[in-house]
Amino acid sequence: MLPDHGRQVVAAVDAAARALGIVPGMAVLRARSLVPELEVVDADPQGDLLALRRFALWAGRCYSPCVAPDPPDGIWIDLTGCAALFGGEEALLADLHRHVAGAGFAARIAVADTAGAAHALARFLPSDRPVTVGPGGQGAAIAPLPVAALRLDPGSVDALRRLGFARIGQLIHAPRGPLARRFGRDLHRRLDQALGHVPEPIEPVIAPRTPRCRRGLVEPIATAPAIVRVIGDLLDELVGRLAGIGKGARRLDLFCHRVDGQVRAVRIGTAAPSRDRDHLARLLGQRIEGIDPGLGIEAMTLAASLVEPLAPEQHETAQSDGARAPDLAALVDRLANRFGQASLYRAAPRASAMPERTVRRIAPLGTSGGAGWDDDLPRPSRMLASPEPVDVTAMLPDHPPAMFVWRGTRRRVVRADGPERLHGEWWRADGHEAETPYAVRDYFQVEVEGGGRYWLFRLGDGERPASGPMRWFIHGAFA
Amino acid sequence: MRTMAAISELRARIAGIEGGGTRHAAIPFGLPAIDGHLPGGGLAGGALHEVAGSRELADDAAATMFLAGILARVPGPVFWCLRWRDLFAPALGHAGLDPDRVIHVEAGDDVHVLLAMEECLRHPGLAGVVGEVGRLSLTASRRLQLAAGESGVPAFVFRRASPVGQRADGGAAVTRWRIRAAPGEALDMPGLARPRWHVALERARGAETHEWIVEACDAQGRLALPAALVHRPAAADTARAAA
Repeated sequence: MLPDHGRQVVAAVDAAARALGIVPGMAVLRARSLVPELEVVDADPQGDLLALRRFALWAGRCYSPCVAPDPPDGIWIDLTGCAALFGGEEALLADLHRHVAGAGFAARIAVADTAGAAHALARFLPSDRPVTVGPGGQGAAIAPLPVAALRLDPGSVDALRRLGFARIGQLIHAPRGPLARRFGRDLHRRLDQALGHVPEPIEPVIAPRTPRCRRGLVEPIATAPAIVRVIGDLLDELVGRLAGIGKGARRLDLFCHRVDGQVRAVRIGTAAPSRDRDHLARLLGQRIEGIDPGLGIEAMTLAASLVEPLAPEQHETAQSDGARAPDLAALVDRLANRFGQASLYRAAPRASAMPERTVRRIAPLGTSGGAGWDDDLPRPSRMLASPEPVDVTAMLPDHPPAMFVWRGTRRRVVRADGPERLHGEWWRADGHEAETPYAVRDYFQVEVEGGGRYWLFRLGDGERPASGPMRWFIHGAFA
Repeated sequence: MRTMAAISELRARIAGIEGGGTRHAAIPFGLPAIDGHLPGGGLAGGALHEVAGSRELADDAAATMFLAGILARVPGPVFWCLRWRDLFAPALGHAGLDPDRVIHVEAGDDVHVLLAMEECLRHPGLAGVVGEVGRLSLTASRRLQLAAGESGVPAFVFRRASPVGQRADGGAAVTRWRIRAAPGEALDMPGLARPRWHVALERARGAETHEWIVEACDAQGRLALPAALVHRPAAADTARAAA
């Protein structure tokens, strides 16, 4: 609650209170009369703002270098060029939603070309899943939303409503002159920002005490060689600063401040802390093509947003002897920056009864720790992403098939080995277990005419129908 | 004397231009029948090799283990650049290649797989770089061969689902292998014997094409000649001599 002209009003409510009819702006006395047992907490706008800033910095660490708080209740994340590292925008949004919900917050997420449209959609389009608007689709997406979604002051919203403007769509098509005379330039500025007709600069937040340096440019630059030169200057200074505090960079964020007020950012990561100027310059150089300079860049900021201790001796050995380990880190960095962190991994064992779940991915330079897979179990070198049904001819229920048809080709089985019986993880709610909760898989290795060896399984133990539907699948191929 | 020196220098330069692996140690299979056939007594290190299975998944699976067996015997990390997601790491250990040594690079498509390979090949000290592609252009193969020659890292382009009988077009590779599953030995009891492969050297710089039937890699990545078949090439020779 907040004091407002001597009376106390509700500042924010949770879902339960909203369900009881209490909305922000209502007098606390009235709310109490509706729900006597209402729990009222003093509003703390300053604290909220600080928390929002911390939240933005967290999102900056996880998702994008270019993040800013959008008070009082939101943050902006510039996703340009960031989704690839997560394997697509959808995966990034799912990850974000999971983390925010996991921290106990109700999250509403919207993605659009413009900050204004994303702001409007996140707050005024009821949906518990992330809303994504395709490129150029923001006009159509926000047209049905109420005018309040445009971030106007409450007085203007009321006045517009009295004039008959309920939806943004009506504003888009209305003649601008009379509205501008009545409401000033702010109305159309907000509308144009949401539609993408005028840019809306977002000043990214950078955590305090982040080693960083900035170059203001007398002449705006727009070409790759010029950008490379400035990156070199920035790195010279930053590397010196990192050496002074005994740290190496694990992550660098480069912000390009354009003459139109927009900020374009790229981020690189390293597998091991580094102060190697040339290595870092190469990594940033790989990403230059992702920077749209617009009409020109007038300033650049380079920030080491993640640093780790790096002793001076370590640094020197890495340079002088050209040993394998540091070299590998450099290669891993280069591949990760080009293809995405997630596409670079080593395989490590995971305990699971189902073969397709026995592999987990670990960092390319991480340690798996623990034993490997059981080398005595036959496992195919090529495994199908998901088992494919095959038509089989089997002599006896408990015998391997004599023949199977896969992808339209008939294969006669000459020899077979098995079964290896695997019991489904019935406590899981996905995969094959969802279909047949008590499923048993009987795996057979079969050799077909010509010598090819395949991995087939029967869903079901061959006797009790409850153990599975007795259908056959192919799961992989051996050497 | 000076002529001799000049000739030997010329020889070295020609070898350098050909990049036939003279500058980098060869990787022997440990099987005299194959090693003796290859110039340098094994696969040229620091060179590009092409490996294919066939449209049958089992043949591609065999080619996978053939590659794993080669890399098992070379120390250092392995980079395996992928376009498809069907490589099942637990099986690599069955050919002696510790999955812990393998760094997977999911590059997405042919072009990116080849780019990733080239990036990896610039780094000396790797055991080898594998790239799985559908097609390989002459230009791409030349670039890979050049990069492999400079760093000394052996490169393997794995042509997935390559139709048998397709003309070998990826020009710059030093060798081209086609691995296909072959019928295993019939056992007296139910079950499967050690797998066998039909290994065809379809093209090789400085060697004739040849075919072998071998027993698949063991847990140390070693091939073997099937006991019953060891004498077959000799028998063929006798037949030719008699004819």
